[in-house]
Amino acid sequence: MSRKINTSVNIAGVELKNPVMTASGTFGSGEEYSEFVDLSRLGAVVTKGVANVPWPGNPTPRVAEVYGGMLNAIGLQNPGIDVFVKRDIPFLKQYDTKIIVNVCGKSTEDYCEVVERLADEPVDLLEINISCPNVKEGGIAFGQNPKAVEDITKAVKKVAKQPVIMKLSPNVTDITETARAAEAGGADALSLINTLTGMKIDIHRRSFVLANKTGGMSGPAVKPVAVRMVYQTANAVKLPIIGMGGVMNAEDAMEFILAGATAVSVGTANFVDPTTTVKVAEGIEDYMRKYQVEDIRELIGAVR
Amino acid sequence: MAGKYKELGTVLSQECIAPDIYSMWILTDQIAEEAVPGQFISVYSRDGSRLLPRPISLCEIDREKKTLRIVYRVAGKGTAEFAGLKAGDTLEIMGPLGNGFPLDRCGEGKTAFLIGGGIGIPPMLELAKQLKGEKLAVMGYRDSRMFLKEELEQQTALYVATEDGSFGTKGNVLDAIMEHGLQADVIYACGPTPMLRALKAYAGEHGIECWLSLEERMACGVGACLACVCKSKEVDSHSHVHNKRVCKDGPVFLSTEVEL
Repeated sequence: MSRKINTSVNIAGVELKNPVMTASGTFGSGEEYSEFVDLSRLGAVVTKGVANVPWPGNPTPRVAEVYGGMLNAIGLQNPGIDVFVKRDIPFLKQYDTKIIVNVCGKSTEDYCEVVERLADEPVDLLEINISCPNVKEGGIAFGQNPKAVEDITKAVKKVAKQPVIMKLSPNVTDITETARAAEAGGADALSLINTLTGMKIDIHRRSFVLANKTGGMSGPAVKPVAVRMVYQTANAVKLPIIGMGGVMNAEDAMEFILAGATAVSVGTANFVDPTTTVKVAEGIEDYMRKYQVEDIRELIGAVR
Repeated sequence: MAGKYKELGTVLSQECIAPDIYSMWILTDQIAEEAVPGQFISVYSRDGSRLLPRPISLCEIDREKKTLRIVYRVAGKGTAEFAGLKAGDTLEIMGPLGNGFPLDRCGEGKTAFLIGGGIGIPPMLELAKQLKGEKLAVMGYRDSRMFLKEELEQQTALYVATEDGSFGTKGNVLDAIMEHGLQADVIYACGPTPMLRALKAYAGEHGIECWLSLEERMACGVGACLACVCKSKEVDSHSHVHNKRVCKDGPVFLSTEVEL
């Protein structure tokens, strides 16, 4: 039996060849990983967050390993939109993959400035980062309050030419509240989860391991939390969801899809194996063949 | 530009050469053939609870035999796992990573200081083997339980400082340089930050070109995640701030490029 299988999915009108993308901040703008994987094999590349001006990020140490995961407090170091438009977008345009630009800012105006600058660029989707736990202003300040989520979503939607994905924080009591707020604000899709705020203490030096004291936890240890939140959100809103949080392999990706995600992002696993993204895409096809599923869309949210 | 490879290496030998210091020879597929002194490899744990690779500098490179030697300190559970590997075991590695020491900055008629401190000593061995010109190695150990000493002596004149004075000069590498009245035209160094900071100042005072190999907590090892940055004097090419990436732009920097 060799029936043709369909792995393409649709996010807000954008057709991805497969549901596998990269999690913002773990993959740069793809250049460093293009030595290891053919970016054209990916459904989309989600870039590292970009702001209106260059950001220096946090002091080091910026990362720490924890059991089954890691903490990071990079602090959204980025070159600003000017360099990004000149250098990173043309680089990604060489590949047959969709480009999703992650946008960060310290104020509504900052976000809108970046979104406006991207209006005429060959970018497929925008992901608005309102959930970074590692920057004091902006970032998570927008992401934990439903009213603020709705307002920033509205403001961005007003100026955006591309469909808008709102990236949600798991550091809330009820993620369906912020998800509904983003939907009410006009979001076209949601991505979740960003990292969980964590801390590691060096007992020998009696100090924090990270210079920022706290950092965002990611990796396989957070996956059950992420799958639960994707499931809850999928049952609370009508928007397509990009699920992420500890995806290490195709089995993990399938959990997210069955829980209700239309696509999945690979983040921390890129640090463990730079070819993880392609292996996940291949593994999803293997899963579909094994269970004789012709269309991936039959599996999205299939577990209720 | 040389490539980077993620490979399954084979352990050829493993030896404890000083307290907590291990020496491992690894057979590689492509990494050894393209590696240069001062570069490093990412070494991965087999335990899924330890996700991040450990960056470990190359101590020796044998291109013909396709082998690499790493000499590393057991500092935690990850490196303890590596120390437990035996000949014939395999381990995931990625490399060669980083830029390496510029070999063309020394040559005939010139003298180079090769300065290592603690676990910064190992990369100096391959550098000593490949660097042309006059070489003076100055190594700083904690005490007389030294490692790689005889092997360095086979390559170059060696001066030793120990923190407790149990061998050579009592004190640090600069104390050894002063005591012996040593002079050089260029410095290559790897070691703890206080040592590198002192060498940067020394090089500045004496107008000597100085190349420092830095260390920082890393995640990806390939320049994508921006975890392992150091403060740079000039605006960096990647993020256009003042943060160079130790894993990709370094680990070797000109001392005047970086703030320590």
